[in-house]
Amino acid sequence: MSIFRSLVKKEALHIVRDTRTMVITLLMPIVLLLLFGFAISTEVNDVRVVAVVDQHTDETRDILQRLRVNEYFTFQGLCSPEDVYELLRSGKTDAALFLKTDQGVLKSQIIVDASNTNTAQTATAYIRGLIGGRSAKSPVLTSTLYNPQLKSAYNFVPGILGMIFILICAIMTSVSIVREKETGTMSLLLVSPVKPQTIILGKLVPYFLLSCVILAVMLLMAYTVLDLPFSASAISVIVVSLLYIILSLSIGLMVSTIVDTQLTALIVSAVMFMLPVIMLSGMIFPVDNMPVVLQWISNIIPARWYIEAMRKLMVQQLDFSYILKDVLILSVMTIVLLASSIAKFKSSTK
Amino acid sequence: MNTDKVISVRNLTKRFGSFTAVDHISFDVDKGEIFGFLGANGAGKTTAMRMLCGLSLPTDGDGQVAGCDIISQSEEIKKRIGYMSQKFSLYSGLTVEENVKLFSTIYGMSSLQIKDSSASLFRDLGMEDMRRAYVKDIPVGWRQKLAFAVATIHKPEVVFLDEPTGGVDPVTRRKFWELIYKASSEGMTVFVTTHYLDEAEYCNRISIMVDGRISALDSPAALKEKYHVSTIDEVFRIVAQTAKRGD
Repeated sequence: MSIFRSLVKKEALHIVRDTRTMVITLLMPIVLLLLFGFAISTEVNDVRVVAVVDQHTDETRDILQRLRVNEYFTFQGLCSPEDVYELLRSGKTDAALFLKTDQGVLKSQIIVDASNTNTAQTATAYIRGLIGGRSAKSPVLTSTLYNPQLKSAYNFVPGILGMIFILICAIMTSVSIVREKETGTMSLLLVSPVKPQTIILGKLVPYFLLSCVILAVMLLMAYTVLDLPFSASAISVIVVSLLYIILSLSIGLMVSTIVDTQLTALIVSAVMFMLPVIMLSGMIFPVDNMPVVLQWISNIIPARWYIEAMRKLMVQQLDFSYILKDVLILSVMTIVLLASSIAKFKSSTK
Repeated sequence: MNTDKVISVRNLTKRFGSFTAVDHISFDVDKGEIFGFLGANGAGKTTAMRMLCGLSLPTDGDGQVAGCDIISQSEEIKKRIGYMSQKFSLYSGLTVEENVKLFSTIYGMSSLQIKDSSASLFRDLGMEDMRRAYVKDIPVGWRQKLAFAVATIHKPEVVFLDEPTGGVDPVTRRKFWELIYKASSEGMTVFVTTHYLDEAEYCNRISIMVDGRISALDSPAALKEKYHVSTIDEVFRIVAQTAKRGD
């Protein structure tokens, strides 16, 4: 058996025998996908609305009818103007719609409970659309491209992919290399005739394979359970994901050359890489809405480019030519990180 | 350079910035000798040992280990030496057998050689019934013996032992030294650092490092006579009291 193969086997045995970590590693992506895909959603459903109508006309009747049948609303009926504030205060309703007909012209007002801004904004937009679509002389036609049902799963799948690989590759790799430094087995390898690059590859390859399995599971789920549109772009999705996995492995390697204890490796990977991925990559909060300084910072976060590319490929169904810029940036990051961490690892052995 | 000398260094120096960890040390170790390398914490033992193993390049000076230059032939040296570190260092998540196999492969042994030598290794150590046990589950004393056997499985010319008996009870330490004697009697050179001064008595020659320099180097008996004391412990105290570093 070659030296390289025996090193890979050694690492693989360690991964597989650590049952608890193994189960978490395989279950976490699935749980996250299901959570974000179904349970946690940014969609606002069942907005409770009361209406105050001073004079019933065909127009107001039509609007109320629309409220009743719209699945996003729970129409709670009419009430008097005096009761509205009490209903909002006691949390019995989310929004109140005032409809007033003045000399044959309908005037409307929305009063909304904005203690949750997200719900308030969405609810307002829904109600506006409902009234506007009916009464405006020149109605605005909206067409939602790429995600006609506005499913939040579409938005989250690329983000979760971006997070999982940093988690598995960066954290697990750095911790496992630093563990060998801590227990002293690393120095055993270093005094042996094994070349430093063989040691590194022997460490990275098993985690690369593990990540490939996870990628397969996640894509399978995304295309089946979460119903993302499957198309020719799937091949690009896999290619870009593999690139991103290698990039994440390089990050783990980099961390392991800098720190000396498993705990620091964990903290550095989590704080320096996980948090930025969640906060600054555009996974949850859109990059365009950030202060300029944070937008600059987000440029150096690999996940930002990966998630951007994944959205273009998986949601917009664009072909590879549209993600050249993202792929280029990811490639440059990978090469720089990998080269510098291998150089650093080698120099630490001299 | 004399070919009987397995280790031979002249003015070996290592500086980290303005700190001189190892300061112009020179010594020779003969073939088959058990050479004790003593010194307080921070005296520079580990740094010196790392240079001899090809893990670290000297700032100044030169030396040969097993006939190879420590500066230009560090890769060659790695094939000819064995190493066992102060921390217990085998893969505790692997079985005894898997560890032996892994390290023999790393040292370039063929599967046939591995089969032969691991069979005799288990027989010599009396560990045949432990082959499939995880290393983390076997007693410390056994692990230590196993680590030594693994470090010498490829029959190196020199084996470097960095505080091999740390945290081990006296009986086990004694048994461990029997292994060292056996290896030495088979012609293997043993270079050992230790904190236990009673162990120093077992060495053919010892050197005592103080503040990066070798302050004393001779056989235990000669050193005791020179300082007119009856134990190495007292020798060490006299020699080391000049130390300015330490922790």
